[in-house]
Parts: sequence; structure tokens; C-alpha cells
Amino acid sequence: MSADEILSAHASADRASGGPLPTSAARPARAPSDTAPEDPQAGQRPDAAGPGPWRWLARAGRLTLAFLAMVGRRLVDAWRRSLQFRIGVTTVVVTGVVVVAIGIFLVDKVAGGVLQSKRTAAINQAKLGLSSARSVLQDVDATVYAEVADAQRQLSSVLAVGTVGAGSFDIVLSTASSFSPNLSENESIPIALRNVVRRGSLATAYAPVPRAGSKGLVKGLIVGEPIASRTGLFELYYRFPLTAEEQTIALIQRTVTLAALALIILVLGIAQLVTRQVVQPVRVAARTAEQLAAGDLSRRITVRGRDDIALLGRSFNDMADSLQRQIRRLEDLSRLQQRFTSDVSHELRTPLTTIRMAAELLHGGREEFPPELARSAELLDTELDRFETLLGDLLEISRYDAGVAHLESEVGDVRDVVDSVVDATRMLAQTQGSEVIVEAPDEPVTADIDARRVERVLRNLVGNALDHGEGEPIVITIGMDDDAVAVAVRDHGIGLQPGQASMVFTRFWRGDPSRSRLTGGTGLGLAIALEDARLHDGWLQAWGEPGQGAQFRLTLPRVAGHTLMHSPLPLDPTEQPEDDE
Amino acid sequence: MVDDDSALAEMLGIVLRTDQFDPSFVSDGSRALQAFRDTRPDIVLLDLMLPGMSGIEVCRAIRAESGTPIIMLTAKTDTVDVVLGLESGADDYVMKPFKPKELVARMRARLRHHDDVAGEALTVGPPDSPVSIDVQAHQVVRDGAAIALTPLEFDLLVALARKPRQVFTREVLLEQVWGYRHAADTRLVNVHVQRLRSKVERDPERPEVVLTVRGVGYKAGPP
Repeated sequence: MSADEILSAHASADRASGGPLPTSAARPARAPSDTAPEDPQAGQRPDAAGPGPWRWLARAGRLTLAFLAMVGRRLVDAWRRSLQFRIGVTTVVVTGVVVVAIGIFLVDKVAGGVLQSKRTAAINQAKLGLSSARSVLQDVDATVYAEVADAQRQLSSVLAVGTVGAGSFDIVLSTASSFSPNLSENESIPIALRNVVRRGSLATAYAPVPRAGSKGLVKGLIVGEPIASRTGLFELYYRFPLTAEEQTIALIQRTVTLAALALIILVLGIAQLVTRQVVQPVRVAARTAEQLAAGDLSRRITVRGRDDIALLGRSFNDMADSLQRQIRRLEDLSRLQQRFTSDVSHELRTPLTTIRMAAELLHGGREEFPPELARSAELLDTELDRFETLLGDLLEISRYDAGVAHLESEVGDVRDVVDSVVDATRMLAQTQGSEVIVEAPDEPVTADIDARRVERVLRNLVGNALDHGEGEPIVITIGMDDDAVAVAVRDHGIGLQPGQASMVFTRFWRGDPSRSRLTGGTGLGLAIALEDARLHDGWLQAWGEPGQGAQFRLTLPRVAGHTLMHSPLPLDPTEQPEDDE
Repeated sequence: MVDDDSALAEMLGIVLRTDQFDPSFVSDGSRALQAFRDTRPDIVLLDLMLPGMSGIEVCRAIRAESGTPIIMLTAKTDTVDVVLGLESGADDYVMKPFKPKELVARMRARLRHHDDVAGEALTVGPPDSPVSIDVQAHQVVRDGAAIALTPLEFDLLVALARKPRQVFTREVLLEQVWGYRHAADTRLVNVHVQRLRSKVERDPERPEVVLTVRGVGYKAGPP
């Protein structure tokens, strides 16, 4: 209980030290929601305009975010999966940057040039009008407003006569003391420009000017010209609207933009075309490789030309040829082996039949023989049995090795198979004095099985268990789950030495050579059983402890072709309390 | 007895004679048919792999002119050969190496004569075209025409016809017709039912006399 106290003390200490942290962390988090009302969090505040719209906004925001995330994922996916997409995007980005840079530079240069020439023309216009302006203003009193206004009207008509290609303009006349008659017009002349002109030099400035013939202002160029007279300094301003130039510049901008877009699309198209030319053969190669892998060995790529792609195709075809040759050779070998097996089978079996009959005849009449001959006849008979079994097993194994063993599976109840195995081994069990106990579920244990093979496996396992069970009970457990069925055969005999569990399936392997062979095992039984299990895509495993006995577990998928992940029964029976008798 | 292996033939001869058979031997497939015509045997033992003419062809040739029981001796474990042999007309087969007792049991089963009840007459099939069986006379008649059945096919039909309402599993038929004590190759039944149907049915694709009961076996059509 002292530990409890320490623990709780720690907890409170944590809380105390951690106390200030959450508040300080919360403060910056709350700050934006105060300043930014569009924050979705703000919708939860009771004093907001109303929870409805905020919540709606928040949902819309979330939906948009989700949509964007989805689109993003799609794009990332496409980026990873499609070379064509990747090249397309890269091309567009790179071309786009370059084209935009060039476009900006171009528009800037052209616009600068247009404005520059306009300015030059405007200055020329101003210089041209200087003498006539001077003559008009000769007698005007700069201090009298009416005279100045009159002079401006006069100048307007005089100066408009000789233009030098600077376009239309109007003029504003001003003096140091008085403004032009129209005040609103005067305001459009920047102070900075006026200050320069008043100091006696010609100057230009860009500023809004009234549009010719209508209200409102347009962008314009103003040229200011000082004209000294005896009554004072006149400032004469030429106002050029830049409408035409603006239009020119806008046109250029539009043209450049269109050209840029066209260029990007063109480059994208070219990139796609080129990529397609590369990607298409790769895709064809991939598809062909898949078909080859699926077993269609005659598949080839159509090769055209002599370029790199054609090289790929040719190398691919060469590879396929070589593969096909190898596989053909292996197939021939396998067929040969199969033929051989079949021939050996026939050639051996016919004389064996004769020997068998002769032996049986001798065996049948052994009572009339002297004891040695009678015993010989018996030995001949029993050993012929063994020989026959061995021959059968060898042929069976060679069928597996030749890959000609086929599964004839149909849905069956494993319990029935176990029952028939128990029936078949009853005689042996009685001889051995072992009791065979079957622990089976009450419901049918169905699976796709080749009953003949499964029965052979189980007969082998049970025979083995009886052989090594030393008269102790043999327990056959049947287990089932959704994916697999399992049968475990447990004996309580001498068990297996460490490391022997994997050896038992080796052909002709014997745990203890000195042990008597009661069932006349060929040494191939477990090897065949293992092959039978493999043919079912199943497992056959062994467990054993010295003095604890051994257990063999057969696990089969319930649906043919299904990959096994686990077994419904444990391999080590000591994990199960009811098996520990 | 048709077999190219002289040692086996001689040994079989010894065994069969001790079992009160009177065997005669042919070692060449091409001479088998002539020997068959000359000796008119009660039963034929036929090796599948023969020089001259294959066992399958010999089997077909004998079956074309006689219903004499044929038992194949086969060393081939390949399932195709067994089915091919059965389809060409063999009644039963024995796998080498066989035990002589087993062979003799098979032969006796094929030669066994049923204790036929005198005057026993059975009728199966659709009422408009029934198949009548005179058990003692070994005669099967449909639409006024006699149908030639091999003894095995006849036994199969009689077994089914004697209990028209009963469904026979393949195992039961194997035991009753072939005399197998324990489960054997149920393809024997399938093949011979097909052969029987091809003779007695109007349309073997739509059997009316020997009906298949899915997942169980066969039964005779209603009389």
C-alpha cells in the first residue's frame, strides 16, 4: 500500500508540474479564434451570430477538406503509379515556369518600348509647341485668372494644329499663382511633376488623365513644360491618354499568354506522345510477362524496328525462348520419368504376380514340407508382402517426384475418414494392446479432401502411433474452425528425441534402427503422407518429447486452394490439459 | 487367358487348375479373337498390354460378338486405362500384383449362376414402353425386340428391377453384382450403368429405365 501512495504522489506531482503547461498551450490556440471569426471553432461560441451557419460552414469546410484530401490521394497515387502522369506533370511545371518567365520578360520589354516611344513623341510635341505657346503667352498676365483661362483655350486650338505622331492630347495651363480654370482637371496633375516644372525644366509623369470626349479618367502621360513670360512662369501641361498604348500592351499580353498556353499544351502533348512510345512497349512487355508467368509459354512481343524499345522486345523474347526451352526440357524429363515409372510398374508387377502366386501356392502347401522349407515358404510370403508395399510406395513417391500426382478432392466429412481408418487398424490395435480413442466434434467436419489420400495419411499416422505407442492409448483428435480442419494423432510411447521431429518425414529414416518393425513399414510412409498433405495445400507436422510420446498433426484447408494460416489444434498436446493424462 | 508373359501364364495355369478351372492360353493379342472363337471359353482373362493388338482392342472385338465375362489384368495404375478398359467392355479388373485368391474370387463372382426362380418376370421403365425381363431365360425385351445384354449387364438390371422402389448405392451394387466384400472402385458401376443404358434406354441422355439418384446411387424406373 506504500507503493500505492508513492504512485498517487507521483500522479499528483505530475499534475502539479504539468498544471501551467496546458493553460499556456491553450492560450495561443484560442487567440486565432478571437481574431478570425471564420474559424470553425467560433461556431461553438454562444455569443456568435448563431450556431447554424457556423456549423454549416464547418461542415462544408470539413467536406471540402475531405474532398481535397481525396483528390490529393488520387493524385499522389497516380504520381506513383503512372510514369506517363509523372512525366506529364513534370513537363507542364517546368515548361510553365520557363514560358511564364519568358512571357513576363517579353511583355515587360514590349510595354516599356511602347511607352518609351510614346514619351519621346510626347516630349517632341511639347518642344514643338514651345514657340507658339510662348508667342501666345507673351501678353498674358499670369496673375489674372480670366486671362490665363482665355490663353488656355487659345493654346488648345493653336497647339492642336501641328501634331508629331504623339496622338491626341489636351492641355492645361497653369501658373504659380493661379490654377487652370477647371479645378478638377488640375488635381489630376501630380504635385511632384508640378514642382519639377516650376523649377524650370521639362518633365514627364504617368498619371490618370481625362478620357477624350467622355467622363472619367484613363491612364495617361503628362508632359509639363515651363514657359517663362514677363509676368511670371507659366506651366503648360500636355495630357496624352494612353488608351491606344494600353490596348496594344493588353493585346500583346493576351497574345503572349495564348502562345504560352499553346506552347505548354504542345510540349505536354509531345511529352505524352514520347512517353507513350516508351511506356506502351513497357506495358506490352509487362502484359506478356504476366501471360508467360500464367503458363502461356508461346507468348512473344511483336518487335518492330531496331531501336532501344525493339532491343527490349528482342531481349524479352530471347528470355522467353530460353525459359520455354528450359521448361520444355523439364517437362520432357518429367514425362520421361512418368513413362519410366509406368514402365517399371508394369515390368516389375508382372513377374511379381507370378512370384506372388508361386509363393502362395508354396505357402498353402507348407504343412506337407519339412520344417525348414515350411518356414522358408512363410518368410517368402510375408517378405513378398513387404516387397509389394515397398514397390507401391516407391512408385507413389516417384509419381510425386514426377509431379503427376493429382488431387481428386470433393467435400467430405473427416470424421468418416477417421472412422474407416480406425476400422482398418483395429486388428493391429488389438495386437498392440493399444486402445484407440477418437475425440471428434458432434457436427460434421467437412472439407475439400481427397478421401483416399487423407485416409492413407491417417492410416499411416495411426499405424505409426500403434507401432511406437508401446500399448498405451492412442488419441485421435479432430478439430475444426472456419478455415481449416485438423486431425492430431497422439501416442504415449517413447516419443521423439530433440531434433527428430523434422527428421521423421525423411525417406527411409528410422528413429531407432534396433526397434522391431511390427507394421512392416517401408520407411516411406511419412514421406508419402507429407506429399499427400502438401498436395492438399495442407500441413503435416510432428511433435515429440522423450518419454512423453509423440503427436502428428495433419491440417488441411477446408476450401481447396485456400492458404493455411493456422491450425485448429495445437501441435504440442501438452498445451491442452485434457491430453495430459 | 490372354497374356504375353509366359511365366505368369504358366503359374496362373497351375493356380487355376488347382481351383478346377480348365485354362487355355494365348500370348498374342492378334490371335486372341481366333482362339476365343475356337475354344468358346466361359470367362476371359485379358492383359491390357499385349503385343500385336492391345488388350483394349481385343476386349472390344470379343464384346462385339459375345457377352462372355472379361476380367482385365492390369499393371497400370493410371486411372485412364482402367476406365478405358471398362468402357471397351470388360466386366471387372484385377490390379497386378494380385493375390491368386482374389483373382479366383473375381472369376467365381462372374461365373456364379443365380438361383433363378422359375418363371420370374420383371418389368421396369415407362408404361408406354416397358422393359420386360425373363430372368430364367436371360431375356430382355423392349417394344417387342430382344435386347442382347452381357451377363453382367443383365445381373445389374435384374438387381435394380427386383426392388423397383429401392435406391441402390454404388457400394451395394458392387457387392450384389460384382461380389466385392469391401469397398472397391465405384467407377465399375458408373461405366456399366452407362453401357446398360446405351442398350436399354430409348435416349441414354434421358434415362427412363435406370435412373440416377443424385448423391446416392441408382434405381430402376417405375414399371
